[in-house]
Order: sequence, then structure tokens, then C-alpha cells
Amino acid sequence: MDEILLTRALFGTTMAFHIIFATMGVALPLMILSAEILYQKTKDKDYAVMAKRWIKGFAILLAVAIPSGTIAGVQLSLLWPGYMKIIGEVVPLPFQIEIFAFFIEALFLSIYVYAADRLSPLMRIVSVSLVAFGAAASAVLITNAHAFQNTPVGFRIVEGQIVDVDPWAAFFNPNFIVAASHVLVTAYMTGAFMLASVAAFKMLKASPGSSHFVYYRKALMLGLIIGGLFSIFSAVTGHESAIHLHHYNPEKLAAAEGLFETRSHAPLKIGGWTDPETQEVKYAIEIPGLLSFLAGYSFDEVVRGLNDFPKEYWPPLFVRVLFNGMVGIGMLLIVLSIIGFIWRHILKRDVFPKWMMSCFVVSGPLAMLAIELGWIFACIGRQPWAIYRVLSTADAATTAGHIAPLFVLFTGLYVVLGIITVLVLYFYFKRHPLAEEIPV
Amino acid sequence: MTDALLAITMLWIFVMIYAVAAAIDFGAGFWAMFYMKRKRNRATTMVNRFLSPSWEVTNVFVVLIVVALFSFFPGATFTLGTVLLIPGSLVLLLLLVRSAFLVFAHSVQKYKALLTVTSGVTGLLIPAILVLVLPIAQGGLIEVVEGLERLDFRALLTSTRTYAFSFLAVVSSLYLSALFLSDYANEAGEKEAYRIFRRNALFLGPVLVLAALSIVGAVRREAEWFYANLEANGILLILSLLFFVIGYGALFLPHTKESSLLGRPRLAVISTAVQFLLASATYGMAHLPYLVYPVVTLESGFTHPNTFRALFLSFIIGFLILTPGFVYFWKMFLKDTGYLKQE
Ligand code: HDD
Ligand code: HEM
Ligand code: HEM
Repeated sequence: MDEILLTRALFGTTMAFHIIFATMGVALPLMILSAEILYQKTKDKDYAVMAKRWIKGFAILLAVAIPSGTIAGVQLSLLWPGYMKIIGEVVPLPFQIEIFAFFIEALFLSIYVYAADRLSPLMRIVSVSLVAFGAAASAVLITNAHAFQNTPVGFRIVEGQIVDVDPWAAFFNPNFIVAASHVLVTAYMTGAFMLASVAAFKMLKASPGSSHFVYYRKALMLGLIIGGLFSIFSAVTGHESAIHLHHYNPEKLAAAEGLFETRSHAPLKIGGWTDPETQEVKYAIEIPGLLSFLAGYSFDEVVRGLNDFPKEYWPPLFVRVLFNGMVGIGMLLIVLSIIGFIWRHILKRDVFPKWMMSCFVVSGPLAMLAIELGWIFACIGRQPWAIYRVLSTADAATTAGHIAPLFVLFTGLYVVLGIITVLVLYFYFKRHPLAEEIPV
Repeated sequence: MTDALLAITMLWIFVMIYAVAAAIDFGAGFWAMFYMKRKRNRATTMVNRFLSPSWEVTNVFVVLIVVALFSFFPGATFTLGTVLLIPGSLVLLLLLVRSAFLVFAHSVQKYKALLTVTSGVTGLLIPAILVLVLPIAQGGLIEVVEGLERLDFRALLTSTRTYAFSFLAVVSSLYLSALFLSDYANEAGEKEAYRIFRRNALFLGPVLVLAALSIVGAVRREAEWFYANLEANGILLILSLLFFVIGYGALFLPHTKESSLLGRPRLAVISTAVQFLLASATYGMAHLPYLVYPVVTLESGFTHPNTFRALFLSFIIGFLILTPGFVYFWKMFLKDTGYLKQE
């Protein structure tokens, strides 16, 4: 492998690792806040217990989220010095404002966790709201930097020099709102489904009707309802993202859809595999005209195909699989949460059938997979550019060498630490079982 | 004051705050490990009570410094990013292990010892490696191969500065944290823990002087330009030494409340912190106009003026908004006697 490919692999692995914990870091405060509010409203002690146990898990996950994010942040400068040189000159604002979001989160998290017994109910809700705010803001702001990579504005390059810099124009680049809203709602969706997964798993082990069964069913329903709601928002904002690609990064959309010829009445192809030789998508289900309709709300909308662009600007064609995986999971989880909701609240059943429970158990990991697929799609689909049409990935990368051993070291550490984190969560909740708080 | 000078001043203030806060944080992790085994010793409890809520806040400063560096001085990013790849990556790996294990140690009783030792040891390695940014930026350790800048590992490993700086970083972590924890224990009324940390500080004070002298010696031989600039700021260095003496001396003053104890830990902490700030300020001034000697200067690395203005504005607004948060945090964990004295 060449150095640039290794550099990309190293950074991508760091991000793929960080994003798991970061997503939970964004979503869990919202779930904890919901449980706190439900407790204050209903005075049902189960919700107080829920908030307390979730915050414990949250503190453990954050112990990895924060240093892995620190790695991501510093690695940007270490691995992509060419990229950070432009970022530093043109859009440092999201990174800098993000620092304040980190401070808010770190300060109030410590207060909420280590001073909980000294806080009034109101201060508890204020603290956890500020934690939720800080986490959401950090997600939105880092996505801003990513959005800038897709739609770089606010500067010009004249003879290799950066001139006419307008850092606020760069900050409010066209992709910002679209990307940030999609990232935020998908994070909430994923965190909610992760908790629903755990609750469903525990429900399978509790005897139906027992106090523990009821406790976990409440947790499951909270997860399903919030998750379901946000999965609908995910689809809406995801659709906005696709329209955005249609206008600003057409070759990425073309690669995602396997569209080679520019045309109106373009069909939507679901599934399948792009074959660059025959310029066809094999084994796909084709819905005539739908792609044009989705991109411009009219069958006459002209969607640009890959052949409009020089071949060296094509992103790798396998990104189509990543894109389909993300969208497919999103659709699946919408359906699943609607079924679960109807079963419990409309049909008023107390117990879910086994197959439904198994679906709930895998819903969280599936959502997390969709997050990973989405990011890898977004980053690889931008290739060969680090900053679209401004800076190629090759020019962004470090020239220091020695990437291979670093790649092995970091990846090894992520694997080991990932395993240890799971074990720590396991040992912690084994030593502090639910029975400590709620008698069986 | 030019914009560039203003920017480097802000950046350097962040570095100084981090240096003090991180030294205390890393040192405290070491003490938690050192006193782990001794039962009925209150020292470990004290350390953990301080570390649990504080490491995250300290960690944000790492990010703050990196962000301030590449946003104020993007022109330095390419050189620094390239030459610091290996030492920087090592620090990151250690930081990940340390932070995670620090928290995990509280959650898993079974492997507490292993987790605490790992986070203690990695916590000392981090300052030892992190500080190498300083000798690298002083020059003489970067080679240019085929037009590309690279860190010269041979030079790095054979330079006396490398070892002198690492030694200083570790000793100052231990000294500052011992002083700070003695004050923290004193505030909580933990006599036993207070005695222990005062004793550690007494031992480490002279070692710190030795470490500082070894740096001056090494710099004099290997980075003359820098040594000359240091000499020009000699007054500040002497002033810094004076504050060190006051701080160390305060440990021998009679205690205000307990006749059986010696020392005024609060005075010791404050004047030693002042000493650190003075010494770092002197260091920073002596480094100008270079960011990385001799390739990047303040002006050549500076960001676009529009960007600087936007950054400056948002820093001011940000810190104004955050100040109440910091004050509340301080009240909750560093002043609240209920928290300090809890069982
Ligand atoms: C639970 C996770 C999840 C789910 C269910 C979805 N997405 Fe997504 N998607 C993401 C998680 C995600 C993400 C990880 O958050 C990305 C990566 C980069 C970004 O901005 O958001 C993303 C990016 C992303 C992009 C690329 C944006 C770009 O490259 O600039 C598009 C076009 C979509 N999504 C479209 C959709 C559609 C039509 C969905 C229909 C249900 C969908 N996503 C569901
Ligand atoms: C959080 C989840 C993310 C994941 C899983 C992820 C994944 C990846 C992957 C796999 C690559 C390598 C691309 C390739 O080799 O083709 C990459 C590159 C990159 N990503 Fe992301 N990324 C994420 C978020 C971000 C964000 C938020 C930013 C912006 C700050 C970003 C900036 C970059 C840059 C600068 C590169 C290198 C240049 C390039 O290959 O385009 N990434 N990322
Ligand atoms: C969309 C993707 C991302 C999301 C949702 C996200 C979210 C988060 C969250 C919630 C935290 C914990 C914050 C705290 O408690 O302090 C965090 C930490 C961090 N993230 Fe990410 N992040 C993402 C991608 C990135 C990228 C690409 C970078 C690098 C540029 C990055 C840099 C950091 C840093 C430096 C921290 C540590 C902050 C600290 O020291 O407290 N993140 N991130």
C-alpha cells in the first residue's frame, strides 16, 4: 500500500472508532434528559433509576469518546497538514467554537455525575440539558468542517495564495445546515435504538410481568419512540442531503445511484452492484423516473451522470453499496419502530413476539452500522478530493512517512480498547445489577 | 502590539494554563498509583476526589492548544504536523490509554490495581514526550530530505536537551501536584494526607532546581540563539527563582490552624504557580520571533487578518459565556467543603 492510502486508512479507522463513542455521547444525554423529565412528571421511580444507570454507562463511554476525539483532532494536523493549512486560514471557526462546546459538556458532566447528590432537581435538569447542548453543538460544529470540504466557499486561490478570506461565509457554507441536521438526528436515532437493544436483550431474560420486565419494557418503549421519531427525521434530512448532492456534488450522487448517462426521467435503482465495464447496475430493482422525481420533484428533472465528468474525478463506484446500506437500514428501522408502537400502544399487548424482540435487539447495532456506512460514503465519495475541487487528498497528506507502523499501533489499540470498554461495561453492570435498585 | 504578537500571546497563555493544570493532573495520577497499595491511607482518596471531575476539563486544553495553533498560525501547521507525527502519535496513544483506564479503574473493582498502575505510568510518560515539542521547535533536530522536512531521530535521541526537558517535565508534574494535593488535603482537613504530600514536595523541590539547571546547561551548548535570548530576559528568570524560593520556603512556615503541622500550602501553591507562569513567559519571549527555528517565524506563519479578527471575537465571547461555568465548577469541587470532606 502506498503512504497516502495508509494515511487515509489510519485516519478513517480513527474516525470510525471515535464516531461510535461520539454518537453515544451526543445521544445519551438526550435520553437521560427524557428519563429525568419523565420522572419529574410521572414520579415513576423506574425513570429515575433509568437516568442513573444510563449516566453511569455514559461516563464510561465518554472516557473513550473524549481521548479518541482528541486523537481525531490532533491527527487532522499530523496526518493532513496540507488540509489543515487551508482550514486554519479559512474555516478555523467551527473548530474553535467547538472548544467552547467541549468545555460546557465537560464542566457540566462532571457536575452532574460527581455532584449529583448536591444538586436540586432543577439544577440536575439544567446540568444534563447543558451536557446535551454541548454534545449536540460539538457534533454540529465538527460537521461544519466536514460540510466545508463538500462546499468550500469564503476564499479564493490566486497563484497558490489564499486571498479574500471571509471566515463567516466559509462557516455558513451551503452544505452546513443540511449535513449538520442529518448528523444530529441520526445520532439521536442511533443512541435511542442502542438503548432499546439493551432493554430488549434484558427483557428476554426477565420473566414476563416481573418488575424488571416492566422496567425494561419502559426503557424499550422510550428508545423505540424516540428512535422511531428520529428515524423519520433521518429519512427527511437524508433526502435533503441527496438533493444537496444533486446540486453541489453531482458526481457523488451519480456514483451513489450508479447513473452513467445524464438524463431526465432517471430511474431509482435499489440494491445491486455497479459494473463499470457495461456501465450498468446489476441485479437492481429499478423504479422508473423516481430518481429524477426525488432530486427535483419532477420527472423532467435532469440528473447528471458519471460520463459527464473526467474519469479521474470519479469516486470509487463501490460507494453505492455503502449508500444503499445506510438508506436500507434507515427504512427498516422506521418500519420496525412503527410496528413496535402499534403493538404496544394501539393493540395494547404486554408481551412482544420473539421475532420482534430479536429485531429490537439488533436495531441499535444496525443503526450504528448505518452511521459508519454514511460517513465512509461521505468521505470516500468525495475522493479524489479532500476539499472538493480545491485540494486533492494527495496534496493534503503528510510527507513524514512511517505511517504503516502507526496504522498497526493505532488500530491494535482501538481493537483492544474496544474490547476492554465492553468488558468494563459488563463488569460494572454485573456488580451493580438492577436488583440493587428495584427488587425483583 | 501587532496581531501576530497578540495571537502568540493568547496561544502561549493557553499553553501556560495547560502546563500547570496538566502537570497537576498527570502528577496526581502518579500519586494515585503510588499510594494505591497502602490501606487506610487517605492520600489515594484525596487524589481520586480531585482527579475524577477534573481530567476532562484539562483534556479540553490539549484540543484548545492544537486548534489555536493551526488557526492562528496555519503557516506553522505543515512543518509542525510533519515533524511531530511520531512523538505526537505516541502522546495520543498514551493519552487514550490513560484517560480510559483512569475512569475504568473506578468502575471495575476486580482489575483496579492494573488499571491504576497503567494510567499512572502512562501519565508520566505523556509529559516526558509532550515537552519534546520545545527542543524540536528550538531547532537543530529537523533535517531536510529531498526538500521535505523530517524529524531527525538520531539527533533527537542523542541531544542532551531531549533528556533535560523530559526530566524537567516529569519532575515539575510531581512537584506541582504534590504541592497542590497538600493544599487540597489541607483544605479537606486530612492531616495524614497533608503530611505525605508536603514531604513529597520537600524532597522534589531541590530536584526541580537541578532539572531546571540541566536545561539551561543543555540549551547553552545546543541552541545558542535561544540561550542568548534567555540571558537578555535574565531579570525575569531571577524573579521566577525568587517565587520558587518563596513557595518552597512556605512549606516551613508555621501552620495557621494546627500547631502540630508545618507549612502554608496555599501560599506555596500560589507562588509556585506564579513561578511557573513567569518561567514559561520568559521562555516564550526568548523564543520570538521564531515559532520553529529557523524555518517558521511569527509573521510567516500567521493566519489571514480577517480570520484572526473572527477568531479573536469568538474567543472573547466564548470565554465570557463560559466563565460562570468555570466558577460554578470551581465552587463545586475545589471549594465546597462538603465535597472535600465526604467519606
Ligand atoms: C443512523 C444513521 C443514518 C441513517 C438511517 C441514514 N443516514 Fe444518511 N448519513 C448518515 C447517517 C444515516 C451520517 C453518518 O450521519 C452521514 C455521513 C456524513 C453526513 O453528513 O451524515 C450521512 C450522509 C448521507 C448522505 C451524504 C451527504 C454528503 O456526502 O454530503 C446522503 C445523501 C444521505 N446520508 C442520505 C440518506 C438517506 C436518503 C437516508 C434514508 C433513510 C439516510 N441517509 C439514512
Ligand atoms: C465521524 C465519522 C467519520 C468517518 C467514519 C470518516 C471516515 C473517513 C474515511 C474512511 C476516510 C478515508 C477516505 C478514503 O480513504 O477514501 C476519511 C477521510 C477524511 N475525512 Fe472523514 N470520516 C468521518 C468524519 C469526518 C469529519 C467530521 C471530517 C471533518 C472534519 C472528516 C474529514 C476527513 C478528512 C480531512 C479526510 C482525509 C481526506 C480525504 O480522504 O478526503 N471526516 N474519513
Ligand atoms: C460527526 C462526527 C462527530 C461527532 C458526532 C463527534 C462528537 C463528539 C462528542 C460528543 C465528543 C465528546 C465531547 C466532550 O465530552 O468533551 C467528542 C469529542 C471529541 N471530538 Fe468528536 N465528533 C465527531 C467527529 C470528530 C472529528 C472529525 C474530530 C476531529 C477533528 C473530532 C474531534 C473531537 C475532539 C478533539 C474531542 C475531544 C474533546 C475533549 O477533549 O473534550 N470529532 N466528539
